[in-house]
Amino acid sequence: MPFSALHFGDALSTLTSMSDFNVKYVAHLARLSLTPEEEQKFGAQLGQVLGYIEKLKEVDVSQVEPTAHAVPLVNVTRPDVVRPSLPNEDALRNAPLKSNGLFVVPKIVE
Amino acid sequence: MLNSLTISELVARLAKRETSARDVTQACLDQIQRVDGNIHAFLSYDAPDALAQADAADKALASGTSHAQRPLLGVPIALKDVLAVRNQPLGCASKILAKFTSPYDATVVEKLKAAGAIVFGRLNMDEFAMGSSTENSAFVTTRNPWDTARIPGGSSGGSAAAVAADECLATLGSDTGGSIRQPAALCGCVGLKPTYGRVSRYGLVAFASSLDQIGPFTKDIRDAATILNVISGRDERDSTSVPEPVPDYTAALTGNIKGLKIGLPKEYFIGGLDKEVTDAVNAAVKQLEKLGAEIVEISLPHTDYAVAVYYIIATAEASANLARFDGIRYGLRVDGADPIELYSKTRGAGFGPEVKRRIILGTYVLSSGYYDAYYLRAQKVRTLIRQDFLKAFEKVDLVVTPTTPTPAFKAGEKSDDPMQMYLSDIFTISCNLAGIPGVSLPCGFSTNPKLPIGLQLLGKPFGEETLLRAAHAYEQSTAWHKERPKL
Repeated sequence: MPFSALHFGDALSTLTSMSDFNVKYVAHLARLSLTPEEEQKFGAQLGQVLGYIEKLKEVDVSQVEPTAHAVPLVNVTRPDVVRPSLPNEDALRNAPLKSNGLFVVPKIVE
Repeated sequence: MLNSLTISELVARLAKRETSARDVTQACLDQIQRVDGNIHAFLSYDAPDALAQADAADKALASGTSHAQRPLLGVPIALKDVLAVRNQPLGCASKILAKFTSPYDATVVEKLKAAGAIVFGRLNMDEFAMGSSTENSAFVTTRNPWDTARIPGGSSGGSAAAVAADECLATLGSDTGGSIRQPAALCGCVGLKPTYGRVSRYGLVAFASSLDQIGPFTKDIRDAATILNVISGRDERDSTSVPEPVPDYTAALTGNIKGLKIGLPKEYFIGGLDKEVTDAVNAAVKQLEKLGAEIVEISLPHTDYAVAVYYIIATAEASANLARFDGIRYGLRVDGADPIELYSKTRGAGFGPEVKRRIILGTYVLSSGYYDAYYLRAQKVRTLIRQDFLKAFEKVDLVVTPTTPTPAFKAGEKSDDPMQMYLSDIFTISCNLAGIPGVSLPCGFSTNPKLPIGLQLLGKPFGEETLLRAAHAYEQSTAWHKERPKL
């Protein structure tokens, strides 16, 4: 049925949240700390969204090439010549912590 | 009042020295003072800087610079908080960028300034352009000038509301899945999303790089064409901008659409569409026919999959693009015991709920074991959606649809139900997936309350001339675009 999406409320009631969707694990992959409340809420909401996305499985894509973008260009290059870049002080102006013209980062190697 | 003029009206007055850039800029600032406490279109604005630019424009006018040389000389234009203006704040309405100031100008900003525009203000939006109502702004929800209990649409809600409320003459926004056209429809102004590749995105904070495009909000179609003339073109700093010649889009506005074939996709006129929206769009289609266009029923058979495809592709790209906000080089930093904890805490504290949801979804659909099932499949269905349009454009010159299924909804109505919010973009998303240009323009009002209704026209890739010609012919044969909210 075209545009069943507009009747999404009906479709939702038949969906169950994805059993293999582990919000805590994915948030770790994304380097995103979540509160327990967020974990629970986002897990339920994204379970619904993933349920909705399942509809793509109806489509036969066996003979279809993927589209990464719609621009009619490939391999855009430019001459490899040195040009002025952002001045050091401009590059550092928004740094949360800086020193001697450098970004200060937490200790990585013991 | 100067602030309620169109760009072409203002330019005519400036050229005849009937008014000055300073006067029109002051009129905009006065209007912001008067109404923005209720509308909240602006996050901030730099009045002294705007007036200084206005004085420079007046000087240039006095020394004989013409609008043929600098088409936007003396025209105040405000920007969505997603575009870089050197030494001005750039926050994407997010806490993670709350103190960020831009070290350089976006290409569109360079071009606007070179054309003489007075570029000022930071317009509210959904955080990182993710949303359809501005309720995801970390700071404030913009209100619809037609009914302040309602949202202006999103994500470029501030850009649409500022034009509708006559707080400036035009604005720029960005459109990833409808973020220009949807708020333009809900606020009753013109919103144009150009073809993917038409306008450089250098200096636009990236959300979904294969979909994002910058475009104008204006009071009429002619003004949209004027701004498109200025901001279009190849830019070597954005390798996705296309070296396609830039015609004079205002020259395309001939008023003549006799023989133009306009497709009516049957998939867009099915249950769930508001009755008043249906009636207004049907009346607009009749009007186009009266003007000499030939209306052809067409089919875009994969329309029903667009929202699902979009929420895979857009979130996947967003999860990669927003990885840069890690607390190291700019923006918020929340310290942790090790770098991973620093990243997680910074991002956990800096991003709002919708941005977090989309990063998680995007990370999931790209993660090992799920990539083929979600992301690759979505890219393949994207091909089918694009082919639907390319096939339709073998038979027709343009496609006409409603911009949104309903007029503006109430603040709070959908804010806790992401899926319902996503579906408010159901008619605008396919255009971005296909990379084609689209415009929304006013085509009527609901009755109680009186809220704007938008007509969407979609064109062939780089077919902005035909798109704007048809939109202009329709607009000039109606009076909808002249209606203003009572503020």
